[in-house]
Order: sequence, then C-alpha cells, then structure tokens
Amino acid sequence: MDITEYIGSGILELYVFGRLSDEEMRDVNQMAGEHAEVRDEIVSIEKAVISLSYSFAPYLSAENYERIRKQLLEKHGVVEMKPKRGMSPWIGWAAAILLMFGLAYQYYEYNEVTKEVQSVTKERGKFEQMVAALEIKNSENEKALSVIRDKFSTVVPLEGQAVAPEAYAKVYVNTSKKEIFVDVSGLPPAPAGKVYQVWALKLDPLTPTSIGVLDTTAKTNGILQVDNFDQAEAFGITLEPEGGSATPTLEQLYALGKV
Amino acid sequence: MTQEELLEQIYKKDGRAFTLLYDMYSKSLYGIIFNILRDKEESEDVLQEVFVKIWKNIDSYNTSKGRFFTWILNIARNSSIDKLRSKGHNNSLKNLSADNFVHILDNNFTATSKIDAIGIRDFIRKLKPKCIRLIDLLFFKGYTQQEASEELELPLGTIKTQNRNCIKDLRTLLQV
Repeated sequence: MDITEYIGSGILELYVFGRLSDEEMRDVNQMAGEHAEVRDEIVSIEKAVISLSYSFAPYLSAENYERIRKQLLEKHGVVEMKPKRGMSPWIGWAAAILLMFGLAYQYYEYNEVTKEVQSVTKERGKFEQMVAALEIKNSENEKALSVIRDKFSTVVPLEGQAVAPEAYAKVYVNTSKKEIFVDVSGLPPAPAGKVYQVWALKLDPLTPTSIGVLDTTAKTNGILQVDNFDQAEAFGITLEPEGGSATPTLEQLYALGKV
Repeated sequence: MTQEELLEQIYKKDGRAFTLLYDMYSKSLYGIIFNILRDKEESEDVLQEVFVKIWKNIDSYNTSKGRFFTWILNIARNSSIDKLRSKGHNNSLKNLSADNFVHILDNNFTATSKIDAIGIRDFIRKLKPKCIRLIDLLFFKGYTQQEASEELELPLGTIKTQNRNCIKDLRTLLQV
C-alpha cells in the first residue's frame, strides 16, 4: 500500500485515539516501525490531541501535584513503620487485664454488700415483728398477772367432768373492777369446728347465762377475759358448735365449779 | 523528548519520573476526565486514581500496546466512565454526547487557566461544528466508529476519513 494513501485513510488518528482492534494496532505498529513518515504522522496527531485536551482543562492547582506525588511515592516508597519492641505493649495489656479483674472484683463486692444489706433489712423486719409480738404477749401476761394478784379477785377452780376427767380450768372474779377472766390452759385443744363456751350459773333455779365464746385459736397464754356477771354461783365450760349455743350442751360439759 | 526517552525515565519510578509524567500529561488527562465528568472535585479524584493506576501498571506497558499516551488516555477515559456509572447515571455517557468540549470553554470553567491556553482556545472555536462533535465522540469519549456514525447520522465508511480531515484542520490551526 502506498504510504500517503495509508496515512490518508485516517487509521493513524484512530490508533492515537485508542480506537483500533488489536489486529489493526499490530498493523500500524509494523508500519510505524518500517516508515518514518508514519511515525512522524503519529507523533503530530498525538501532539494535536494533547494540545486540544490541554487547552480547555480547568485550572489544576499545585495541591494536586503534591497530593498525588505523596500518594505514589510514599505508598510505594521507603518509609517503613518501626516495629514496636520491648515491654511497652505487654505493660499495656497487663494494665488492661488488671483493670478488668479490678472492675470484676469491684462489681462482685458491690453485689455482695447489696445482698448483705437486703438480708439485714429482712432480719430487722423479722426482729421488729418478734418484738411487737412479745410486747403484745407481755402486756397480756401483765394483765393476767394483775388479775391473779388483785386482792379483790376470787379464784374459782373448775373440775374436769365426765367427758374429760383430766381437764381443769380457773375463773377469776374481780368484784371491785367487775371483771371476769377464765384460764383455760388445762383444757384439751378444741376439735375443729368446735369452741368452748363459758357459762355463769344461778343454782336455784338452775339458770345458765353465756358469758363468752372462747377464741382458742388466738395466741394467748390461756387467760381470757369474758363478760362480767354479778353474783354468779357457779361457772361451767361446755364444748359447743362454732359460734356458740343459746343453751349449754350438758353432755359436753368439760369443767364445772362452784363459787 | 521522544517517547522512548520519556519512558526510560518513567520506568525508574522515582520522584523525577513522577514530576516528568505529571508535567507532560496531567493537564491533558484532566481535560479529558473533566470533559466526561464536568465536576472539578470528582475530576481531581479521578486524575489521582489514574496516576495511581499508571504508576502501578507501568511495568505492564510496552510499545506493542501502542503509544504511551494512548495507553494512559484509555485509563483516563475508562476511569471517568466508571466514575460516571458509579454515580448511577445510566447511559450517562450517551446523555452527555450532545455536550462537547467546546461547551466547557463557554461555561467559564477555565477562567483561571493559564494564559498560554487562550490562543489555542481561539483556534478551537474555528473548528467546524461537525469536527468538534466527531473529535469529541471518538477521541474524548471513546466511541467506536459504529457508535459515532449512529450518533451523528454519518455513513460508517466516511467516519475515519472525516475524522482525519478534522484532525488535519486542528493541526493546521495548531501548526503541528
């Protein structure tokens, strides 16, 4: 092919533009190797497009040069990080581990103390309840003792009857204070659904009057106050259905005693 | 400096090699990148990316692959097009085809350019509109002859010679 014709075909422009197939490019390389006119033409085309693209490029500040230079030369360059030597990294780790254990221990201690405070608070509540219960019991005991000790009190012992020969009870009658107490600690515990009822009796004619249904489930020392009844001649205790009865069930007479 | 002399220096990959490479091509590559992206900051990022690629792959380049400038031109074009795609503009290169390098001159992007470019710009304005579009598509945007023929509605067989004539005009204006 004639060289002028070859150059005039426009293939060299596309060669510079990078728009040729590999095969076409090899042809141009070969032609360029053989003909100086082709080489010169390629260089001129290249100059033209470089100038063209150069001409309208916006202003490119020197910072870009520095930035790219730094990236290329430092990234692939000679600056190497010095490896750390000696104890310093171990000291750091040791400190971290110590701190971790320290924190764990503090947390454990905190939990223990919290638990202790909780249990102490609970214990104190228990003791307060106990004290309150003891105070109640103590005041009852004092009251019972005062009844027994009172010089105006008369003691009426009640003997066990047929249903419970071993049973016994005592009635304290205080005529000055007009109070009657009954000590039932000698009676067997009332069966479920049953209660003891205390009666004041007039003997002629025999007239029983209820002076109290005993709540034996209450925690007491066995001495209970009942209603006052003037001039009773005898006292009796019967076992009655819960809530008490209007008249005594004599078959269930547990204790009886005359004044 | 011939390409061979230049390459001999650049293969050394030292500070001087970089300065030489940068002085010779940074502005042209930036123009090519900017013509596609039309954003100064993005174009600066891509320019840096292009230099990194050149630096990393310089050993794989040899003259059987064509001109050194053609090799770096391809890197710049491809990196810019990749950037454009990563921004999610589908077929955005085609959308840009109506916008060519002369519009950059009209839009005052180059207001702070060096004085020596001004003369060249006046020459560029003397290029035929058809040539501006042809060079823009084939050189700057990397269209194939087929694509350029469809885009500009020119017969495929005439693309190569018409482009040749346009570059001839440019060379006459630039006196190269």
